[in-house]
Amino acid sequence: MGNYVGKPVKRREDARFLKGAGTYTDDIKLRKMTQSAFVRSPYAHAKILNIDTSEAKKAEGVVAVFTAQDGCGEFGVPCGWQVDFKNGETMREPKHPLLAKDKIRHVGEAVAIVIAESLELARDAAELVSVDYEELPAVTDPKKAMDKDAPLVHDDWKDNAAFDWCIGNDRAEVEAALEKAHHVTEMEFRNQRLAPNAMEPRSYIADYDVNGDKWTLYTSTQNPHLIRLLMCAFALGIPEQKVRVVSKDVGGGFGSKVYHYTEECLVTWASKEIGRPVKWTSDRSEAFLTDAQGRDHVVKSKMGFDKDGKIVAHLTDEYCAMGAYLSTFAPAIPTYLHGTLFQGVYTTPLIHLNVTAPFTHTVPVDAYRGAGRPEATYLLERIVSKGAREMGIDPTEIRFKNFIPPFDGVEQEGYQTQVALQYDSGNYEGVLKKGLEMLGYEDFRKEQSEARKNGKLIGVGFSTYIEGCGIAPSAVVGALGARAGLYEVGQVRVQPTGKVSVFTGSHSHGQGHETVFAQFVADKLGIPMDDIEIEHGDTDQVAFGMGTYGSRSLSVGGSAIMKSIDKILEKGAKIAAHKLEAAEEDLDYAEGKWTVKGTDKSVSFGDVSLTAYVPHDYPEGLEPGLDFSSFYDPANFTYPFGTHIAVVEVDADTGRVMLNRFIAVDDVGNIMNPMIVDGQIHGGVAQGVGQALLEEVVYDEGGQMITGSYMDYAMPRADDLPMIETANTVTPCPHNPLGVKGAGEAGTIGSTPAVVNAVVDALAHLGVTDIQMPLKPQTVWKAMQN
Amino acid sequence: MKISIRINGKKHTDEVEPRISLTHYLRETLDMTGTHIGCDTSACGACTVTLNGDAVKSCTLLAVQADGAEVTTIEGMAKNGEMHPIQQAFKEKHGLQCGFCTPGMVMVAADILKHTPNPSEEDIRHGLKGNFCRCTGYHNIIKSIQHAAELINK
Repeated sequence: MGNYVGKPVKRREDARFLKGAGTYTDDIKLRKMTQSAFVRSPYAHAKILNIDTSEAKKAEGVVAVFTAQDGCGEFGVPCGWQVDFKNGETMREPKHPLLAKDKIRHVGEAVAIVIAESLELARDAAELVSVDYEELPAVTDPKKAMDKDAPLVHDDWKDNAAFDWCIGNDRAEVEAALEKAHHVTEMEFRNQRLAPNAMEPRSYIADYDVNGDKWTLYTSTQNPHLIRLLMCAFALGIPEQKVRVVSKDVGGGFGSKVYHYTEECLVTWASKEIGRPVKWTSDRSEAFLTDAQGRDHVVKSKMGFDKDGKIVAHLTDEYCAMGAYLSTFAPAIPTYLHGTLFQGVYTTPLIHLNVTAPFTHTVPVDAYRGAGRPEATYLLERIVSKGAREMGIDPTEIRFKNFIPPFDGVEQEGYQTQVALQYDSGNYEGVLKKGLEMLGYEDFRKEQSEARKNGKLIGVGFSTYIEGCGIAPSAVVGALGARAGLYEVGQVRVQPTGKVSVFTGSHSHGQGHETVFAQFVADKLGIPMDDIEIEHGDTDQVAFGMGTYGSRSLSVGGSAIMKSIDKILEKGAKIAAHKLEAAEEDLDYAEGKWTVKGTDKSVSFGDVSLTAYVPHDYPEGLEPGLDFSSFYDPANFTYPFGTHIAVVEVDADTGRVMLNRFIAVDDVGNIMNPMIVDGQIHGGVAQGVGQALLEEVVYDEGGQMITGSYMDYAMPRADDLPMIETANTVTPCPHNPLGVKGAGEAGTIGSTPAVVNAVVDALAHLGVTDIQMPLKPQTVWKAMQN
Repeated sequence: MKISIRINGKKHTDEVEPRISLTHYLRETLDMTGTHIGCDTSACGACTVTLNGDAVKSCTLLAVQADGAEVTTIEGMAKNGEMHPIQQAFKEKHGLQCGFCTPGMVMVAADILKHTPNPSEEDIRHGLKGNFCRCTGYHNIIKSIQHAAELINK
């Protein structure tokens, strides 16, 4: 396309981060700013009998102490997606209060906020708030939450279900096909709960301006416009035009910063109450207790095969935890972002998934990197490999047998799945072939059998995944229960000097938009990257936006910008034609200038820009200015896919798993910046490997989180991972102007089952058929002993 | 208590509460916000600075314990507007994404390279054990530190 696209252009945002000059929310200090601390419940389920704030209110430096009795009790944060019961009953949607009033529903739920002159004084005073609780029995496991005698999370309903849901073919038809199948493979497992753990803890500063009756909220969010909308219109009932939400540098999100949290809503309310700015920054313990978490599915699945190993039917039942309240997008995760991927990359003719989504006495569950697709991929890729082993078929052969044949979505139509979606384009055998070459599969199998003779346990695992990014179009997701559109906004403002400001509703919290977006804008306009500035994360600057999650920035946000550039060039051509005294259709645009075809007569982008703003000699009837905004609502999701291959060694004495190689062949459509795509894959793989080997949020029977610190929750460290071998194939997306699909979550989605399949492969000759994640040494060792 | 610390070559003398951490002193008293707090328990390393030349986690060091010491923070790495070779290498090898762990990573990289001028991949992984990154999978951080070694040893 030009000078920048497709090249590993170094990131423009790096200099400030490398010098310690980034501006994360907690780095901001405002005049007269107060600090706050929350009083949080130590119980998972309890009645609040009494809250005594009198001592705290008298403490040094305390500005205010608020409980639910103090005016904020009426407010709650909303859920943004509605999934009704199969029988038509409306989704059960409890109020999610800013502060608990009568009842506690998870450990860490806030009962009071203490606002003081400094953080130390706020925390000191919070210690003086005395709360009397009556502890009640709790339930944290999603399956047990549906037991008849399970403690109720919300007393308004007769059981804990928030909703139930199903997708795919008729259940009876799928069951009948399984009855007749040559072989049926069964699995039961827990896709364990994970803590997203962005390195920057959540942080908010609300600043109410008494004179202007306006608020500014500085927030570490992935989604500033949606936060403003939800908070103003659905939580606090304050006029949206009076609120500015600013979210500039954000230290990672992974989904956990998409949602509208009670704390940001409460500090906004409190700022007006006290007439001063209020800051709250989470500490890591609070992050474990209050950031929305991921996964937590209890799964029971059957897959039927014919005698040749072709999949004939797939039936799954799941219990998927919602936590104590419905977080912003929670109901969409185990349903429309999960069940719709049950086709995988295979031609399975009959599929049925049934989901029961109960409340549990835990922090809410919502999207965490991959959001529903890692859970779908884990199940599919594990059960296909398990089925292959049971039938004596090579795990790669069973995949080649079942792959959907290649289709580009242009010459060949998109692939209609049994679970609602139509895939855009794919070449699933292509990525596996490339992965096998990189691995040297035949040599590995020889090495493995030699190693076994010496008591050395090595194994290889495969995962051939597909995922869906850039969830859309709005009309479809609306019909499925979304309470928001899923388009994006891109504004391109050409300045009089021909320099360009781009305003995007996408949000960067590590993805490098300032670089990548400038790359394609520069190429499309034929001007230097240095002439382009990318602005994001400020509702006063950017017209509107739906933020960044679901790997949507480039495919949706980038497309919106492309649409605006088209408008710029169309109007620019009119001005150029006037200046060149030629017809528009006789002009070509390339390398930053309009040229009359077949001549050397041309006018530059800069000249046209200046003319647009100084319209003295100007086309009649044309408006001055060169500034366009566009909303882009995609026609479909995009569907990246790939093959991930893990090679492991298991220590025979201790059960410790060593990940020796990791190969990731990903097809994310056209690639704007290969350096950044690789970086996204590396990080995604690390999180997927983290789930396979290390990470798990554990609640005990009473609902206490016993993994609430970095000493207890094992996140991958540098010596837990190998160098990651990456490669790509390129199957462009046929329905967006950049041909891109999305790379943000692919690494996490593809990697987890590859690692677990590899460990099972290493131990299969010992009779091991399955191991529950995370594959801690003791878990693996126990599996080996059985 | 009164403390006096030389930070990035400049002497700072302040009255501080004995309970505040060095991170807090840097961020809140001196407004040097390049040093980050990711966990407050020495586990994540986002707060890493060097104290008398050695990497320390400033979140679990009291400001008063640093009295009289020489401290270097991320803000002190670039000289005369030019980035330190470690910073240059992180940019060159895409060793950062969200940037939050980055100051700690750069500071610990300085410590690794001080003790091991030509580190192996294993040396670097070992040296990074106390610092979490959730974005990069460490892959490009390791490449960055290897590249920094080349730049420094050139």
